[in-house]
Amino acid sequence: MTATATAPVDLPRVAEPRPGKSRGDRGKPNWIATVILLLGALYCLLPVFWVLTASTKDGSELFSTFTFAPSSHLWDNIVELTAYRDGVFWRWMLNTALYAGVGALLSTYVSALSGYVLAKFTFPGKSTVFSVLLMGVLVPGVILAIPQYFLFAQFGLTNTYWSVLLPQIISPYGIYLARIYAAASVPTDVIEAARTEGAGEMRIFSTIATSMMLPGLVTIFLFQFVAIWNNFLLPYIMLGDDGLFPITVGLNGLLNQGATVPALYTLVITGALLSVLPLIAMFLLLQRFWRVDLAAGAVKA
Amino acid sequence: MRKLLRAGTVAVLATTALITSGCSTDAGSGGGSGPVELTYWAWAPNLEKVVDIWNEKNPDIQVTVNKQDGGDPAVTKLLTAIKAGSGAPDLMQAEYQKIPTLVSADALADISDGAADLENHFAEGVWSSVTLGGDALYAVPQDTGPMMFYYREDILNQFGLSVPTTWEEYADVARKLHAADPTKYLGTFSANDAGWFTGLAQQAGASWWSIDGDAWGVEIEGDATTTVADYWGGLVEEGVIDNKPMYTPEWNSALNDGGQVGWLSAVWAPGVLAGNAADTAGLWKAAPMPQWGSEQATGNWGGSSTGVTTQSEHKEEATEFATWLNTDPEAIEALVKTANIYPADQAGADEALTEPPAFFSNQPDFYEVAAGVADTVSPFTYGPNVNVAFSAYNDEFAKAAEARTRTAFTDAVAAMQDITVADLKKSGFTVK
Repeated sequence: MTATATAPVDLPRVAEPRPGKSRGDRGKPNWIATVILLLGALYCLLPVFWVLTASTKDGSELFSTFTFAPSSHLWDNIVELTAYRDGVFWRWMLNTALYAGVGALLSTYVSALSGYVLAKFTFPGKSTVFSVLLMGVLVPGVILAIPQYFLFAQFGLTNTYWSVLLPQIISPYGIYLARIYAAASVPTDVIEAARTEGAGEMRIFSTIATSMMLPGLVTIFLFQFVAIWNNFLLPYIMLGDDGLFPITVGLNGLLNQGATVPALYTLVITGALLSVLPLIAMFLLLQRFWRVDLAAGAVKA
Repeated sequence: MRKLLRAGTVAVLATTALITSGCSTDAGSGGGSGPVELTYWAWAPNLEKVVDIWNEKNPDIQVTVNKQDGGDPAVTKLLTAIKAGSGAPDLMQAEYQKIPTLVSADALADISDGAADLENHFAEGVWSSVTLGGDALYAVPQDTGPMMFYYREDILNQFGLSVPTTWEEYADVARKLHAADPTKYLGTFSANDAGWFTGLAQQAGASWWSIDGDAWGVEIEGDATTTVADYWGGLVEEGVIDNKPMYTPEWNSALNDGGQVGWLSAVWAPGVLAGNAADTAGLWKAAPMPQWGSEQATGNWGGSSTGVTTQSEHKEEATEFATWLNTDPEAIEALVKTANIYPADQAGADEALTEPPAFFSNQPDFYEVAAGVADTVSPFTYGPNVNVAFSAYNDEFAKAAEARTRTAFTDAVAAMQDITVADLKKSGFTVK
């Protein structure tokens, strides 16, 4: 709020020095940019703030008190959510952690291996493989969900952990990123030196190349982790057993109870709040890698 | 790097765990030895507690409830699984209006052999909706939703208004109430709830589909439905009835603060009111619907049955369970007490429903009123493309409610008729 108030005062100063633009960036803060960024931050954080205040209200306060006025029922809501159908909510959280954690790890490994091979080896059909991959980047995963369902149904694999895990292991975008990172960060000389020393190809990849690609791999891991954590349609189509549901599908079910039963708004809101906490923690923990990596990418590309 | 290797080990371990757990579930449904395991897709709250009673008594037939999203999503999922050839449960909660759709997709098995002598448990209209008028039986009725009129007694008293018994009086009370306090409405016309409008049309005597030999008839644009649409269009055009959909946060808040003084709903309304406007407990009352003519009639909104799917490998056991769940006195009592439903089994309903719901403790005769209303449900036939007609309702009436004109409402009915007939023809049905 204070930033918005001071902005008009400082405006003319920013507007005048045109040639020294890059110097201005380094010196005094650019107020227009700050204000725009603050507005952007407000735009992004307001819904989060809403979830935070709404999750402290009980059922009748939710629709009757002022939107942003907090109340004191957060703990009650969490207790109620935990009690709902013998704590099925926490089971959904664990499922999501499993899908996202294992899925993102496997996906990162597969991406790293394929990206490294595409960047460092020459073999017939390489450019075809890469073009197909690029096309894959353009196809949204949502479109594939139904065909994947029918494929899995043929093997009787629908409604299992596999049906959600397997399709998310291959990520064309991850492979594409890994290829770029491998090309930029693993020098061919190093690989050749390792070969001369007698190291096998798999050993070169797993001991030398992956450690050089590590910041890139963290990025791929985070991308994939968030993508799986937020994925809705694939598990929604694949799963029928609510003991296998991830958090997204489970919470949606609380809203769709059928016309004869009230939607469990407070539980859904509290659940939504709890479900973003691990993501926030994850980003705070891996932020360092993430930042290094963005900078590195910016210089190389 | 070492870290990554370690992570890899974790992944492998987790994968092995998955394989083992996957195997154990597969072995269960195979059913060579050990108990028969049945899966049951349903969304009624607390249903698993009723099922627990069965599981305790029948160690040989164990039923697992897989909770689904209510109504349409579960049906869509079932139809997809049927098409794919695997993945469907053994038992399925099916709303009455979805049964023709499920039967024409070959999703529900005929269970008349295992459950033939149930007919006298249920009202005629309910029974015909699970047999589709033939000899086959596609599901065992579970609950019904005869429509009733709910109103805030305190607010009507405050303005000196009496409870409407005819639609003419309803319009009159709506006008007076809105004139006395412009923030208050006697009700809303909801373009989101096709089932609700169907119930209103049913009360007026409409039956949207009919079977004639192997041909389907569609009569959405008939006198009865047009009269209902014209009536509501008039009230919305006048502005004495709200035009916002139900089940939205706005509507919930209006239930709380007295903005919505009445609700044309069904017998299950106490649960919804208690969930969305808990603080108004004891202020509401239930009455029979306002009437069009001298003969008492009402429609049906909601209600569902338990069907056995064609993919089930244990149809006999599944039928046995479905019969127990919906006709055994102990099961019905549990359904009423823990799942809050209004049972379709008539004798069971009389026995189990002795006290009013807690939210209506001010109205001791709540279930007597309900039982009286339940006897007057008009007959209604659903067709194989109810989903198309319902989504046409949502689209067309959303526009009409936005336009707030009387003609838009009757036009919407005509559009529903055209869309439904066109879809039936396109799907290869003979249309009369």
